Amino acid sequence: MTATDVPVSAEGNPIGFGRMLRKEDARFLRGRGKYVDDVQLKGMLHGAILRSPFAHARIVSIDTSAAEAHPKVKAVVTGAVLETLNLAWMPTLSQDTQSVLVTDKVRFQGQEVAFVVAEDHYSARDALDLIEVEYEQLPAVYDAKKALDADAPAIRDDLDRPDAPHPNHIYDWEAGNKEHTEEVFANAEVVVTQEMLYPRVHPAPMETCGSVADMDPVSGKLTIWTTTQAPHAHRTLYALVAGLPEHKIQVISPDIGGGFGNKVGIYPGYVCSIVGSILTGKPVKWVEDRSENLMSTSFARDYHMTGAIAATRDGKIQGLKVDVLADHGAFNGVAQPTKYPAGFFHIFTGSYDYDAAHCNVKAVYTNKAPGGVAYACSFRVTEAVYLVERMVDCLAQELGMDPAELRMKNLLQPEQFPYTTPTGWEYDSGDYPRALNKAMEIAGYDALRTEQAEMRRAYEAGESQNLMGIGISFFTEGVGAGPKKHMDILGLGMADGCELRIHPTGKGVIRLSVQSQGQGHETTFAQIVAQELGIPPEDIDVVHGDTDNTPFGLGTYGSRSTPVSGAAAAVVSRRVRDKARIIAAAALECSPDDLEWEPGRWFVKGDPDRGQTIQEIAMAAHGSLELPEGVEGHLDATAVYDPPELTYPFGAYICVTDVDAGTGQVKVRRFIAVDDCGPRINPMIVDGQIHGGLADGIGMALMELIAFDSNGTNLGGSFMDYLLPTAMECPSYELGETVTPSPHHPLGVKGVGESATVGSPAAVVNSVLDAIQIRAADMPLTPAVVWRAMQGSPLRNDLAIE
Amino acid sequence: MQVPETFDYERATSVDDALALLAKHGDEARLIAGGHSLLPMMKLRLAVPEVLIDINDIAGLDHIRIEGDEIAIGAMVRHAALKDSALLFEHYQVFRDAESVIADPLVRNRGTIGGSFCQADPAEDLSAVGSALRGSCVITSVEGTRTVPMRDFHQGPYETAVADGEMLTEVRFPIRPGSGSAYEKVERRIGDWAVAAVGAFVQLDGDVVSDVGLGLSAVRAPHYTIPEAEEALRGKPATRENFEVAAQLCHDLCDPTSDQRGPSDYKRHLARELTLRALTRSAARARGEDS
Repeated sequence: MTATDVPVSAEGNPIGFGRMLRKEDARFLRGRGKYVDDVQLKGMLHGAILRSPFAHARIVSIDTSAAEAHPKVKAVVTGAVLETLNLAWMPTLSQDTQSVLVTDKVRFQGQEVAFVVAEDHYSARDALDLIEVEYEQLPAVYDAKKALDADAPAIRDDLDRPDAPHPNHIYDWEAGNKEHTEEVFANAEVVVTQEMLYPRVHPAPMETCGSVADMDPVSGKLTIWTTTQAPHAHRTLYALVAGLPEHKIQVISPDIGGGFGNKVGIYPGYVCSIVGSILTGKPVKWVEDRSENLMSTSFARDYHMTGAIAATRDGKIQGLKVDVLADHGAFNGVAQPTKYPAGFFHIFTGSYDYDAAHCNVKAVYTNKAPGGVAYACSFRVTEAVYLVERMVDCLAQELGMDPAELRMKNLLQPEQFPYTTPTGWEYDSGDYPRALNKAMEIAGYDALRTEQAEMRRAYEAGESQNLMGIGISFFTEGVGAGPKKHMDILGLGMADGCELRIHPTGKGVIRLSVQSQGQGHETTFAQIVAQELGIPPEDIDVVHGDTDNTPFGLGTYGSRSTPVSGAAAAVVSRRVRDKARIIAAAALECSPDDLEWEPGRWFVKGDPDRGQTIQEIAMAAHGSLELPEGVEGHLDATAVYDPPELTYPFGAYICVTDVDAGTGQVKVRRFIAVDDCGPRINPMIVDGQIHGGLADGIGMALMELIAFDSNGTNLGGSFMDYLLPTAMECPSYELGETVTPSPHHPLGVKGVGESATVGSPAAVVNSVLDAIQIRAADMPLTPAVVWRAMQGSPLRNDLAIE
Repeated sequence: MQVPETFDYERATSVDDALALLAKHGDEARLIAGGHSLLPMMKLRLAVPEVLIDINDIAGLDHIRIEGDEIAIGAMVRHAALKDSALLFEHYQVFRDAESVIADPLVRNRGTIGGSFCQADPAEDLSAVGSALRGSCVITSVEGTRTVPMRDFHQGPYETAVADGEMLTEVRFPIRPGSGSAYEKVERRIGDWAVAAVGAFVQLDGDVVSDVGLGLSAVRAPHYTIPEAEEALRGKPATRENFEVAAQLCHDLCDPTSDQRGPSDYKRHLARELTLRALTRSAARARGEDS
């Protein structure tokens, strides 16, 4: 069905797919969203966390007596207190353990040391200054490249790992065919090798993380309002970690002000608020401040990559290999399916046709905050796309070939799908050349190249300091984790439940396991029901973010909501439609086989006037109508959707930059993004997702960075230091689309939440490097980084600038 | 949310009132104007004043006017007013240049020229403009007023000539017929502090630079300037070669430190490049060739 023939509801909304304003915006635009920090409970107390000023230091002593004497302080919790509850450590999502409050030594700057509960937020903060901690400072591992040096201090002396090659070694993981790859490289006409850093960045959602825990001392029920993208996973984890009975835990994730993967994991502050409530018998609120968010919660990336690409002299890519040094910080707290310690990084072969590929990922501990899979990365597809798209540009430069021509020559062709990559992914569908052609057409690619040549001529003649760059990135993502035979998190299979109930009057409620952080689920999931049942989207209420009122599922991250829960919503809608058919047949006194569906109505084949609308059927389902044997009343359905495969959205991006060669300043002039995410449920929301992701990409490429100095001090701990892009840095985006439906998703949709974040950084970097004609420089391309690259003395961005 | 320590709050309604409150509370009191530097420092608990004396209600410190051969600017004039002032733009385009790259509109609506000068952040933009224009600062105390040359006002990072019990009430700049001025700044992102920035005025007598002023921010130029570069250019023809000599002196004589905004060699490079650009644009404006 095309957008033009979708029926329109009384309120002017499409009864199905199409543009419509977001239902949730009515409250957001009026300032009536309700976030965790808006939760006010009777007698509620306030928590604050004392954090370590040092990156690596042994705790000699902690004296909390002065803080406890503060008249408004109700409790001071330390690691020693938690040890008595067996809560001083908790499992991470990567089979590691993580300190809740320190017991032995701090392992990163900003680590949680003590938790104060007081009558108000100000007093809790004041009392932190009254806690006396004596630290014995230890040398910090601040450079991942030195983490495995013989004399590197052991960070995780709490672990008993006699077989580890080095105490700071976490794992080596590989994918692909090493032998074949080496052979291809040995015989290749051209091999280009390039080191690159995808530096540590942070999702930095507008709302920081927090929780309000309320343990009812009588019923023993814990209610926790918290910033989580995965309410059900959190509930199960609390049950496993704290030994609380799962049916007596209610996790409520109210309105969430951005997640981007930052709100997947469980943070010590959440556990502390629970402990605080248990100790005081009162609700306890803890909401971190901006610096706490930037310094202690899930960072992203931090991949040191050495790539090599092999090709023929005329530009046929033959192989790609990469060695990664992955900096995981002090605890391996990466969130991803269990079987994939490096996430989906081995999708790094990208969108091109060759059969030789190999990667090795070596992960190390450093004295930095834990995390690693966040910031809309699609489980490290971001790093993978960056690697391959930078390598292709390096190859183009080596061959003296236009980067668009080189890509066009190597892109997978439509007839090759389904396509199995050399590292084992099965891409479901795609028409890559069509997308790249479309992007080049929107960009006016040839005219841009002409303009660029003229600007370069003027620059070389000393007439101007302005250069221009054109950068391309072509990406393929694998999203929608995932088939539960392959994918689980802590043993929980990644299938999603869904429940749909149509009320007697034909209005409905759909209950989801996933949780929006701004993606517009309340609108798009209503539109899915509308598409399948012909009920106006305004008549469908979407319930999510409350474990007592929604079915189980793994949550919203990795662009999985539409691929997994969206499919579940389609399945329940179809089940309701099937049940409606039986009920309509009973009402119309005909056989269900005689009925035909049109949006919102079953009617008798050949007699279109004889029919029942879904609203009439809903009333009949709850009424006195006699139903056939075996058909229960009411109009509802449930489903659990276990995706058969991932979906594979893709896109072609072109970024045009202007570079001031005299200062190194970069201005993004244009950004063209052609995305193929299959059919678009709500094109406006998709555009919004892409806009946000492009801003992310421009931010990472040009300014966002968390570096550490030689003391292990975090140099990106505030928005004065951690720069996010503004409207001033972002051009008016030029979007295009192609539509290649997923063959196995019931709606053909593929997920788009992370596409632009994944695809755009390489386009920006390729563009800047194209302007200054330098093979490599690492993100973020600040003026200093660009200028230094032009001087031939590049900066190392993960370390302090000295 | 980051929250400050407990403090008392007083609201002054006149300069005399503010001075009396300063006298009453001693050196633990801080004046607060726009608050866009002080409040973040308090929230980070880097500043812990016991008393804030709010001077936003004081009338008569928000003027921009010509007095004789000077422009007088009240200490409470907001950045936004400096940016929008036609009078100021007529005489010194440098203000609009600089104000366009200072922070963001929200900050510019609150922050004041007096607050900027008194904060004396070494990467501050307006202080570099003030130094380039060699203005003067009017400081008021219960004893009366005294006027301090701009280049004596800033005595080091976060240090000014304002003593306990005093407040800055006005800033004055000489009018220079036949001059043009400009501000050039490199920042990592709109609204960030300068990696380096240079403000300049060039006064022309025919083709000769009869007077010149340079103000440099974020490159550890004492009093935000390099007087040797000005001297090298004064009385010389306004040519690119002569501008380059001055720019090179700024490169050589500034003393930037490396930080996350950039390494020192890059900042030195910017001192030269931005000085050259600021002088070139100032001269063009003096000739009426650039807006």
